[in-house]
Amino acid sequence: MDTLLLSRIQFGANISFHILFPTITIALGWVLLFFKLRFKATGDMKWMESYRFWVKVFALSFAMGVVSGITMSFQFGTNWPGFMETVGNIAGPLLAYEVMTAFFLEAVFLGIMLFGFSRVPSWLHTTATFLVAFGTTMSAFWILVLNSWMHTPAGFEMRDGVAFATDWWAIIFNPSMPYRLVHMLLASGLTVAFLLAGISAFRYVIGDKCESVRATLRTGIAIGALLIPIQIFAGDMHGLNTLEHQPAKVAAMEGNWETGPNVPLLLFAVPDQENRTNHFEIGIPNGASLILKHKAEGVVPGLNDFIEEDGTIMHPRVAPVFYSFRVMVGIGMLMLVMSWAAFWYSRKKRGGVDGLPKPLLYGLVAMSFSGWIATLAGWYTTEIGRQPWLVTGVMDTASAVADVPAPLVASTLIAYLVIYAALMFAYIGAIFYMARKAARGESIKPRVPSSGGAAVSIPAE
Amino acid sequence: MNLFGDPAVWLPLVFAGLMGLSILIYVVLDGFDLGVGVLFPFAEDDEKDRMIASIGPFWDANETWLVLAIGLLLVAFPSAHGAILTALYLPVAIMLIGLILRGVAFEFRVKAPIKHKASWNNAFFIGSMMTSLSQGFMLGMYIMGLEYTWATFAFACVTAVFLTVGYSFIGACWLILKTEKQLQLKSVKWAKGGIWGLVLGLGAISLASPLVSPRIFEKWFSFPEAILLAPLPIMSALLVGLLWIALRKLPTKDDSWAWFPFVCSIVLFTLSFFGLAYSFYPYVVPEQITIYEAASAPESLFIILVGTVFVLPTIIGYTVLAYTVFRGKATELTYD
Ligand code: HDD
Ligand code: HEM
Ligand code: HEM
Repeated sequence: MDTLLLSRIQFGANISFHILFPTITIALGWVLLFFKLRFKATGDMKWMESYRFWVKVFALSFAMGVVSGITMSFQFGTNWPGFMETVGNIAGPLLAYEVMTAFFLEAVFLGIMLFGFSRVPSWLHTTATFLVAFGTTMSAFWILVLNSWMHTPAGFEMRDGVAFATDWWAIIFNPSMPYRLVHMLLASGLTVAFLLAGISAFRYVIGDKCESVRATLRTGIAIGALLIPIQIFAGDMHGLNTLEHQPAKVAAMEGNWETGPNVPLLLFAVPDQENRTNHFEIGIPNGASLILKHKAEGVVPGLNDFIEEDGTIMHPRVAPVFYSFRVMVGIGMLMLVMSWAAFWYSRKKRGGVDGLPKPLLYGLVAMSFSGWIATLAGWYTTEIGRQPWLVTGVMDTASAVADVPAPLVASTLIAYLVIYAALMFAYIGAIFYMARKAARGESIKPRVPSSGGAAVSIPAE
Repeated sequence: MNLFGDPAVWLPLVFAGLMGLSILIYVVLDGFDLGVGVLFPFAEDDEKDRMIASIGPFWDANETWLVLAIGLLLVAFPSAHGAILTALYLPVAIMLIGLILRGVAFEFRVKAPIKHKASWNNAFFIGSMMTSLSQGFMLGMYIMGLEYTWATFAFACVTAVFLTVGYSFIGACWLILKTEKQLQLKSVKWAKGGIWGLVLGLGAISLASPLVSPRIFEKWFSFPEAILLAPLPIMSALLVGLLWIALRKLPTKDDSWAWFPFVCSIVLFTLSFFGLAYSFYPYVVPEQITIYEAASAPESLFIILVGTVFVLPTIIGYTVLAYTVFRGKATELTYD
């Protein structure tokens, strides 16, 4: 394998690992603020207990996000020096603003939020919690501005092969930014919703039926049920925007080879780039035309339009884009079904969470990390769909790569992969361990039994 | 915009200054918490918890100065950024892995099952060592102009060891300030050991850099610069003397002066930093690229500067707030 391919795999692996943790912290910060405010308003200890448990998950996720983020900020220099040399005038200020307005805010106030509870007045602790949540959201904002600019660049001019900013407003509010920001923030909300619901359902099925578990389970289900329809709508809008600016990507997502009307919506197919066709197609007639153009005879762009005179292929590799798009949308649909069903069964008049059927509870446990998979799949669609460009129409990926010897990149890649695999194992293990520990702690303390909860004793590990 | 003359001249200088400032703050702040990690194997188990507690609320913000420094290098001097980081590819990767290990160990050592705690303690120590050693190695290679020969490699290995000792020294001084009783006594002992390493390290760097670079030799040993610069080494020597005396008297009965070694070591780090900065100016990649050649477009730098002028004081403000909230001796770390 050559340096380019290895560097791409390494960058993809690093960013994939990194994005998992911000996805959790962005929304979990706000959820923690919600718990804290509920506690202040009602004085009900269940909110404080929820806060105490989930702040641990937050701290763990935050640490993972920080260390993998530091790795990211070095990657540009070690592996993609051409990137900064060409578009540094635009990417630079955006990254600088991220560090200055977001990273310091969250990093400094995190200390007060985690350890300052008994040292500072309550209002300052609540403010610190707010500032951490705000900081994570600001990081997402700045980095998504940069990423969106790479997809739909605007507000710049090229002089001697280097990009110079001409209009910062246009750079920041580039055409895909609003869609990407909304879609990503919702993705983060959904990831956390299903994590809350899943881990709480886990504690519930192993016998921990305390008020705090009920409260977080309900919170998770409610957030999920609320956000998923918005997310599906936002995703659709995002796709329409992409159709306008990056038609080749949409053609790959739809697996459509020939431009034309009456294009079906493929539920399943095996794209074959060699022969430029699909096998085993199962589709809904006129579906893609309807979704993208809102009429059956709407013309949908095809991949064959993106081959240059000399045969150079100017569209991304079809299969990964095609499949990952389906994984994302599939999980989105599953989330819709699960969260609405759970919401229905846990209505007040059915007795709240005690009304949830067993299979649904286990289903929620199984979906604890489904948000991660959908998010990754979404990013793969987006990023692989941008290829062969690194910045659409401005520079291609190959011209940014460093001339570091391939074996060197291979060795660091292996090291990262090993570490990430181990950490992933430890992270998920630690979350379930904390849940089990919390469940045990609760069952020892005599609690006022709440409606219908049978006490189940948990054998020690 | 032309208030101060040609922005293509003063902007790069301002940014070199800002970058230098964040590197200095990073070395001092993350220096002490890395140093605490390096000292880990010398401590008993309950002392380890206390040591972690002394840095727990700060380490994340401390590392953010590294992100800012590398960010400024990247935004202000893009071509130098590429040149430096590709030349230091492997040590950078080792440092990153070290930072990952120690950063997550902070959390896992208290959240994972208790039987894994010893392993996470080891990960914390190993991560701190990897980070300190690779940073020292990079410093050495940088001083040697980023060229790999046996001699430069050997020199970089020496700086790797000495920077690690230097970090453990400032870490010990931090612990003198933040701990009491047995652990404080131990920290004084550690600091006494570390100070000699520090003296040797400073000596080695001060001797080697003028020897490899005639340009640096010229800058330090020509008249009248030599006289103007004399206070730097003299003050450093004086500080080392004061530190030695203080360490022999510490801890005092009422715990006064516990702050003294830490403050001295900050001044010492700052003096050495200025010495290095003076040697390298105007180069950002030693002997190859000057800050003026590497700088980004003035428009872009200006945009960042405007933000910096407002944001940097705010950052410093709330950093001070955090250190005030967590002043005094380290206590148990809890979330409530
Ligand atoms: C919980 C996560 C999640 C869920 C359930 C969905 N998405 Fe998504 N999607 C993302 C998380 C995500 C993402 C990770 O946030 C992406 C990657 C980049 C981006 O902007 O958002 C994304 C990208 C993305 C793109 C690519 C846009 C581009 O690159 O130009 C489209 C067209 C959609 N999504 C559409 C949808 C639709 C129609 C969904 C309906 C079910 C959907 N997404 C559910
Ligand atoms: C906002 C921040 C992001 C920036 C600045 C960014 C930038 C880049 C760069 C420089 C590359 C390397 C060149 C290449 O291989 O094409 C890349 C590729 C890639 N990125 Fe992103 N990316 C971002 C977000 C993400 C996220 C969050 C993910 C996934 C979770 C992701 C997944 C990928 C993948 C899989 C590739 C490899 C694509 C391929 O080689 O075909 N990116 N991106
Ligand atoms: C190339 C791309 C990226 C780089 C260079 C990068 C860099 C970093 C760094 C250095 C940190 C640690 C900050 C600290 O010290 O506190 C961090 C954290 C963070 N990043 Fe990224 N990042 C990238 C991609 C992304 C993407 C795509 C997102 C989200 C959409 C994101 C969102 C965040 C958030 C919310 C945090 C703070 C919270 C946490 O650490 O969990 N980043 N990032």
